[in-house]
Formats: sequence, structure tokens, C-alpha cells
Amino acid sequence: MINEKFVVLMEKYLSNEISNEEKKEFEEMLSSDSNLKAEFEEQKKIKEVLNKMKLKNPSREVWDSYWMGIYNRIERGIAWVVISIGALIFFGYASYEIVNAFIKDTQAPPLAKIGIAMLVFGGLILLFSIIREKIFTSKRDKYKEIQR
Amino acid sequence: MESGIQKSNKEYFEMLVKQNMKQAYFTALGFVGSHDAALDLSQEAFIRAYKNFSKFDKKRKFFTWYYKILKNLCLNFIRDKTHKRENHFLEFDNETLRSDNLSEKIENSELISIMEQAIEGLDGDEREIIILREFEGHSYKEISEILNIPIGTVMSKLFYARKKLGEKLRSKV
Repeated sequence: MINEKFVVLMEKYLSNEISNEEKKEFEEMLSSDSNLKAEFEEQKKIKEVLNKMKLKNPSREVWDSYWMGIYNRIERGIAWVVISIGALIFFGYASYEIVNAFIKDTQAPPLAKIGIAMLVFGGLILLFSIIREKIFTSKRDKYKEIQR
Repeated sequence: MESGIQKSNKEYFEMLVKQNMKQAYFTALGFVGSHDAALDLSQEAFIRAYKNFSKFDKKRKFFTWYYKILKNLCLNFIRDKTHKRENHFLEFDNETLRSDNLSEKIENSELISIMEQAIEGLDGDEREIIILREFEGHSYKEISEILNIPIGTVMSKLFYARKKLGEKLRSKV
């Protein structure tokens, strides 16, 4: 098992953040324990290989258009919310007018009127239930960012 | 007239995006290993940050707060096995690329491929610490703030992540 002191000193050594005193202590650790020396050599080698590499840089256009990409996505998101609310109001009103006209129609059979009234009532309960669940989840769920 | 996003908020947020976009993109790239996914996820994380901007404590560093959103998105992406993995996210720095020797170039490209596979084989936590320290060049203190863990734990996690990377590399060579 590697001790914590060794790890801390080694990290400082590898990143050139070690003081002279710590360096002396670290080198004494290495000379007195061949396992620690081997661990250090391996870590140093991996670090050297990693230092030669970097994450691939994308083309300049990516950075030039990065903010606009985000701005457009936010703006379109807002547009979709507005469109959805507008559609909901419009179709809600149209449905109300259609149902109202149907119920007031003296020629329509009473059973059909009961059926359509139940359809509307059920739809409203369903809508209320979904909205309530969404609000409840967004307020209480600590893990909403995690996909299950 | 500004449409959609209010002007003052927009300008402030735009400044934050421009200051942090490279760091955000490269962090996502280290996690998911694909340019398109890294671009999409880092932008999506900025959008989510904008939506929840009222929750951001302006005394804190923006990236530290933003990082949590980005990390969750990246981990969800990795968990979703339906995404096709690209696996070309590393390159050599300019110094190493200067070599004219063909066999050296081939060796280098093989080494890159092996390293990419080894990094992809690490757990999320291990990959995260390697990206932040070795590729993003964050200090131990910055990593400790981003991950909300003590500096000693950062060093120890880094040690074990490098050790595992070494094991993965050995098994692939």
C-alpha cells in the first residue's frame, strides 16, 4: 500500500512544486524503498507520454461560431415555448367553441353530449395531473440531471 | 431591439461563454472522445446553465458551477450505449510532430491510438482527473475546487488514475 505522504511528495516533484526540504525527503524515500522507486519511475514515464499529447484542437470556425450556436439554440428554445403556448391557447379555445356548440345543439343525441363532456373532463384531469407531476419533479428531484 | 434573450443578461452570459468555451469543449472531448458530441454537449451545458443562471452564486467561479452540469451530461452520454464512439480525440503537441522520420510517425500514431483506448477504458472519475490535470492543466487547487475534494485526495486520485492508465497501456502494448 502506497502511503499518502509519498503520493503528495511525488505529485509535487512531478509538477516541480516541491521545496528543497521536501525534495530531500522524497529522494530519501526512493533510495530506501525499491517499490516506491518503481512506482515513481512508472508514474514519471506515463506523465512524460501524456505531456507529449494534447486534446485535438478543432478548426477556428468552431470557436468563431460557438457563441452563436448557443444563442440560436436558446432563442429557438424560447420560440418553441411561445409557439407551444400559442398553439395550446388556440386549440383550447377552438375545442371549447366546438364542444360548446355541440352541447348547445338541440339536434345532437344526449348520449353523444355526455360522451363529449366526459372526454373533455378526462382530458382536463390528465393535463392537470401531468402539469402537477412536472412541477413536483422539477422542485423535488435532486437527481433530475442524471438519466435513469 | 434584442429578441429572445434580454440584453444585459445576454452580454454577461456571452462573456462567460467566450471565457470558458475552450475549457468546456476540451473537458467534454476528454470525456466523450468525439468532436461533434463534445461540441453539442458543451453547448447544451451552457444552455442549461443559462436556464438556471439565477441559481449561480456570482461569488464563485463560473466554470466550477458549470462543470457539474457538463459532467452530468457527459456521463449520461457515455452511459448511453447507443452512441457511436469515435475514439480520435488526442494528437501530439507541435514539438513531437516535427519529426520527419516515417517509422517514428507511425509509432506515434499507434501510441496515440493506444492511449485513447486506455483513457476510454478508465472509469469516469479516473478519466475526469486525468483530463483536468494532464490535458487541461488545472492546478491541484483548481481541481480541488471543481471536484469539491481536498487537495490530498486530488493527488491520490491522480496517482491511482495514472497507475490504472499504466496497467491499461501495458495490456494493450
